[in-house]
Order: sequence, then structure tokens, then C-alpha cells
Amino acid sequence: MQYLFELLIAFFLIVSGIFGFVGSFGMIKLKDPMSRLHAPTKATTLGVGGVLLASIFHSILLEQHVSLHELLITLFLFLTAPITALFIAKWHIHRHEKPENLPDAGEDELWATHAVEQDEDVPDHSAT
Amino acid sequence: MKLLRRIFPHPHLTVLLTLVWQLLANEPSLNSLLFGLLLGIVIPFITQPYWPDRPKLHNWPMVVEYILVVLWDIIMANITVARIILFKRDEDREPNWICVPLELRTPEAITVLAGTITMTPGTVSCDLSAQGHNLLVHCLDAPDPDAVRDQIKSRYERRLKEIFE
Repeated sequence: MQYLFELLIAFFLIVSGIFGFVGSFGMIKLKDPMSRLHAPTKATTLGVGGVLLASIFHSILLEQHVSLHELLITLFLFLTAPITALFIAKWHIHRHEKPENLPDAGEDELWATHAVEQDEDVPDHSAT
Repeated sequence: MKLLRRIFPHPHLTVLLTLVWQLLANEPSLNSLLFGLLLGIVIPFITQPYWPDRPKLHNWPMVVEYILVVLWDIIMANITVARIILFKRDEDREPNWICVPLELRTPEAITVLAGTITMTPGTVSCDLSAQGHNLLVHCLDAPDPDAVRDQIKSRYERRLKEIFE
């Protein structure tokens, strides 16, 4: 039985290792900055999720005490990761995308990042 | 009833804070339960002015269903994206912007939708349109942008609409 438990825990650790690796590998392989943003969202979901599941199983099955504060890490990650991604994406749109390159924003005409008045002190890098 | 409302202006937040404190302490004891409850009463009380017109959740079974659907999608999408990164040549990949017209109007619901889209790998929500009627999503590999849009609308937005509106 002990052996089966260890197998289960090892499985989750390996899964998290693989997805953590793929997430980092994606950062090198993908060429454009917006695609690169996709790689870290993978590392935080299944990559971290696998380690946390392994940790929960380890404490319950092998150490015989319940430890669930790993769930909090998931909760905090799910709260913060989308916000980081959104900030980076908005920065990219602000500096490197012109309204013409993005899909039509429908009845609102502009995406929120472009719907601000251009500050004259800030040099315009969107053409590069 | 009114007095109870005054003490617990936001019962869900009270329960959530107590629970989070229990998890932080990681050792069930009367001590942490009482302190968590104290935090659960004080924090909603102090932060009350910051959440006017908070939306009511209508459909609790749907909340559970939504969480399960999202978790399942995260696992499946992770595998798909891992395959794209490892085995697809970068030139064959078709990154794409798509525009998702929103039917949701509640800011909280839109926040949850945008967060869900980012956490399911392969799609990142990037921007809202100026008046909040459309959501700009970037796809890692989307030969058919319309299909991705329809999937987001039917899988996530429909359920969120039932939960929040």
C-alpha cells in the first residue's frame, strides 16, 4: 500500500515537472512576445498544481495528518496570475500595437488601452 | 434579522475568511477558529464601503459546475498547449487576436470570465473595449478564431450569466 501511495505522489511530481519544463521551454521557443505570455500561465496551473497535489497526498497518506493550506497557494495564484498577465498584455498593446492591427472593437470603436489621450511627454514607440 | 445583517454584512465573505484562516493555520483548533471568525466579522465590517451594489449569486449548483468545468478545461488545454509548444514548428503556429462580444454586464462577472480565459492555457484575455462591451483575447494557436470565440461564449459566459445575472 505504501508503495502505491508513493507511486501516486511520484506521478504528480513528474506531471508538474513536465509542465513546468514545457512552460519554461515555451519562453525560449515562442518568438513573439504575446505568445510568450502563454507559457507562464501553464507553469502556474498544472505545473504548480501537480506539486501541491503531491504535497497534500504526501501529508495525508504518508504522514497521516491533514494539511490543506496548499489549497491557499492555488487560490492566491488564481487571483494574481491573470492580473499579471493582463498587465503585461496591456503594456504590449500600449507600446507595440496600433488600433488597426487589432480586431474591431465593435460598437466601442477602440480598445480601452488605446482609448486614452496620447501623452506628449511619452515618446511613441508603437511603430517599432 | 436586521441586527444579524448589521453584524454580518457579507456572510459569504465571513465564511470565506474564517475558512482561509483555518487553512493558513493548517491545524484545526478552537483558537484559530475563533480568531478566524473574529477576522471574518471585522474585515467585512470595515471594507463595507468598498463594495456597493455587489452582485447576488443566484445559482449555487452552477458555481460548482463552473469550477469543475474550468478545472477540466485547464487540464485538457494544458495537454493541447504542451503539444503545440513541443511538437509544432513555430512557423506553422497561427497566433491570433479574437474579439469576444460580451453579454455580461456585471463587472464582477466580466472579471471572472477574463480570469478564467487567462488561466485556461492557450488563451490570454488582454483588454476590454472602451465601454466594456467586448473582450480582446489572444490565442496561442487558433486556425479558426470563430470556434474559439463560440467555445468561450457557450462554455463560460453562458454559465456565468446564469450565476451572476
